[in-house]
Amino acid sequence: MIATLLKATPPRARVLLALLLCVLLVAPAFADRYVVSVLVLVFWFAYVGQAWNVMMGFAGLLSLGHALYVGLGAYVSAALFVRLGIGPWAGLPVAILASVAVGAAVGWLGFRFRIEGVYFALLTIAFAEVARIGFDHLAWTGGAAGLFLPVSTGGGGAWWNLRGGPVFFYYLALALACIAFVLCAALRHSPLGYRWLAVREDPEAARALGVNVFRARMAAVLVSAALASVGGVFYAFYYNNLFPSQTFDVARSIEIILAPIVGGLGTLFGPILGAFILTPLGELLIALTEKAGLNAPGTKAVFYGLCLIVIITLAPNGVWPALKKRLGIPQEEA
Amino acid sequence: MSTLLAVAGVSKRFRGLLAVDDVSLSVADGEIFAVIGPNGAGKTTLFNIIAGVYRPDGGRVVFAGQDITGLSPDAVCAAGVARTFQIVRPFPGLSVFENALIGGLSHGGAIAQAREAAGDTLRLLELWDRRNQKAGSLTLPDRKRLEVARALATGPRLLLLDEVMAGLRPTETDRMVAVLRMLNRERGVTLVLIEHVMRAVMALAGRIHVLHHGATIAEGTPEAVTRDPAVISSYLGTEALG
Repeated sequence: MIATLLKATPPRARVLLALLLCVLLVAPAFADRYVVSVLVLVFWFAYVGQAWNVMMGFAGLLSLGHALYVGLGAYVSAALFVRLGIGPWAGLPVAILASVAVGAAVGWLGFRFRIEGVYFALLTIAFAEVARIGFDHLAWTGGAAGLFLPVSTGGGGAWWNLRGGPVFFYYLALALACIAFVLCAALRHSPLGYRWLAVREDPEAARALGVNVFRARMAAVLVSAALASVGGVFYAFYYNNLFPSQTFDVARSIEIILAPIVGGLGTLFGPILGAFILTPLGELLIALTEKAGLNAPGTKAVFYGLCLIVIITLAPNGVWPALKKRLGIPQEEA
Repeated sequence: MSTLLAVAGVSKRFRGLLAVDDVSLSVADGEIFAVIGPNGAGKTTLFNIIAGVYRPDGGRVVFAGQDITGLSPDAVCAAGVARTFQIVRPFPGLSVFENALIGGLSHGGAIAQAREAAGDTLRLLELWDRRNQKAGSLTLPDRKRLEVARALATGPRLLLLDEVMAGLRPTETDRMVAVLRMLNRERGVTLVLIEHVMRAVMALAGRIHVLHHGATIAEGTPEAVTRDPAVISSYLGTEALG
């Protein structure tokens, strides 16, 4: 599978990819703690962006509540660890199952009753909001006061409990981003991937060509939810604290979807490129506004918004398609 | 020849309008069958009933001995019935090849098999040279051909063609007629076509079914139907008499 994918990648892109990966693999040896922490965020957003892109970019289903699946993954794995002493690797399948089950409920409601487009997006927001309010009142997971993971259990780098230093999480996040990329690339070129594209382009025509639209859409939600929940598990054990008001917030959902939109919807490099642009941009703006003494709340957000407007205006289809043209990477050929 | 498609007493009502009124027809395996009639006669509605888009209010659709009445469009396609849309619906953001490939996947989903089916039908419809072009950038005649190629890639026994000649120039019509005849003769695909271009209908169809206001007014060979006074007054117009 990977061999065929490699063969389908133009040589120029292959060289660029290999170079980038090498730089990222040795980066922790040279970069300081701060840069490493920013890169962890970049990888994380690339990962969850890839997960969201399966639904929106591939299958054309707008989810504005993806914080739900990420948050469920985070809460389920963290609660199992804190309350029952079940480690994250054992908790991972449970977390995935929980997200997939909720995803199935959202998908079934949406597709069974033909809730399409923006109305489907509203449905996803509604589910995320219900989760936020629900977890606010769920005492077992700490309610609104939050859920905290013990920062270190003595030994330090105990990887089986995901208790490690920044470099440990750096490689973990890098691995996640790479796995998601390869998985999505494989899916994109699979029969299921083509069916998703057909449904995205024209559900009626897809149906006439034998595509079971309900099943294809459902598969997109389930795959996306499962991937997102794994991102949530990472999030919980990296930050060690969870609050419903942040974890399930609409703002978090928006944050998740910006990278793939800016990078290029439906493309494989879009979420990665978007994350590499937006996360450092956010950090840079924090540093700049602090230096300039602009401490009024929201200053950073204003400049961030301005930058987004500029990027979207210059590359309306995303940065990756525009860059691809510039670099002379040819379209995929049949 | 055995019957491949049997439509028995099918009706469809939209609010007050009776779009298809108790229509029965039967198409033999290997036949080329045309459905003609003025605009609004219910031709496309009839296709949509056969293809599973609409569930008829009454009557049955039987394909190859299997009752397909009320099946979903994807299930009808899986049973071996492919259709094209009157207003072409290519997947605009995908390449011509990917468009055909998606049709090819209906065989059961193996990519290699789908690629083969896609390549085969694109060559047949003379779209192979444009395979890497985005479907949205094609000209109308090419889109019409893609519509046929894509439906054909599903490997149908019966192909429902909804006005594939409309908007084509006479030379292009002749090419399409040649391709369809080849499909029918060499590959044994049964064709049912809705068509206004009488030149194509006369060149292809073995039998013609005429609808008017949702009801059948005539059926028979091209020669018989074009001489039928009811058909002439409602559809062909008096000039056809000359």
